[in-house]
Amino acid sequence: MIAHDHAGHDHAHGGAAHGSLKGYLIGFVLSVVLTAIPFWMVMTGAIDNKQATAVIIMAFAAVQIVVHMIFFLHMTPASEGGWSMLALIFTVILVVIVLSGSLWVMYHLNANMMPGLHEMRQMP
Amino acid sequence: MASTAITAGAEPVFHLEEEHAHAEGGSTMLGFWLYLMSDCLIFAMLFAAFGVLGGNYAAGPAPKDLFDLGLVAVNTTMLLLSSITYGFAMLTMDKGRVGATQGWLAVTMLFGLTFLSIELYEFAHMIHEGATPQRSAFLSSFFTLVGTHGLHVTFGIVWMVTLMVQVARHGFIEANRRRLMCLSMFWHFLDVVWIGVFTFVYLMGTLR
Repeated sequence: MIAHDHAGHDHAHGGAAHGSLKGYLIGFVLSVVLTAIPFWMVMTGAIDNKQATAVIIMAFAAVQIVVHMIFFLHMTPASEGGWSMLALIFTVILVVIVLSGSLWVMYHLNANMMPGLHEMRQMP
Repeated sequence: MASTAITAGAEPVFHLEEEHAHAEGGSTMLGFWLYLMSDCLIFAMLFAAFGVLGGNYAAGPAPKDLFDLGLVAVNTTMLLLSSITYGFAMLTMDKGRVGATQGWLAVTMLFGLTFLSIELYEFAHMIHEGATPQRSAFLSSFFTLVGTHGLHVTFGIVWMVTLMVQVARHGFIEANRRRLMCLSMFWHFLDVVWIGVFTFVYLMGTLR
């Protein structure tokens, strides 16, 4: 980071923004483990209960996303003076609303509409 | 923000010291991050569509009949390896080693191309078996979501080639460093999206 300092003040994306070799390697090893376990679980059917498997692999995905954010994207509460984190939190809130809202509403639509559809299909 | 008083005669004049001292491109990284967040929303919509429609097979093929998890695992490995090699490219950039950075960028690009080839092979295979995007709502949403990700990877590779030419021509000038850092964020972000794809589309699809 040579040329970043001439502005006279710290933009907080200099210094450790690129991470270190150790950081990348830790992130990589964690990602490999966090990817391999869900694949192994689904491919071998290690747990008989499908719902439990789904919950576990979703948890693994969530942890792996955090690992990538920290070790590869170098997110810290301080990067860009906190604005990166703020944008991320805002996005996560939107994503959660969109995903849970869509699934919830459409599930109920399906549940309520489907019997009607079946009746229609049986009509001559 | 420290304000300083400069005495001009008897009247003190106050101004913000940092007001006009922004380096060129000083806000690029934050701006690019905001772009990535909006991209994240695009993917959220596609994931929501897949979540809603992913079970509507229209008596067509189901994920279990179509997905080859071994191939997806290889694909995931390719993307993960390309992430770490891009990390190495950034580390060698910090040390100012142009040749090493170009080498790592080339390796990253090869992994990215392998990923794309495998994905295109998978798509071609599915379409050959009659599992086209028009077949069912599940397949439409599948091709849209995974295809959009693949398109991002394609543009990432185009961008990477462009930057390799730029670095070869001008070396590590400030603008090139900034561009490489933006591409770094883009590339790692695509890997994050892929975590969602392989978990929700491939693994949970196979579980269904």
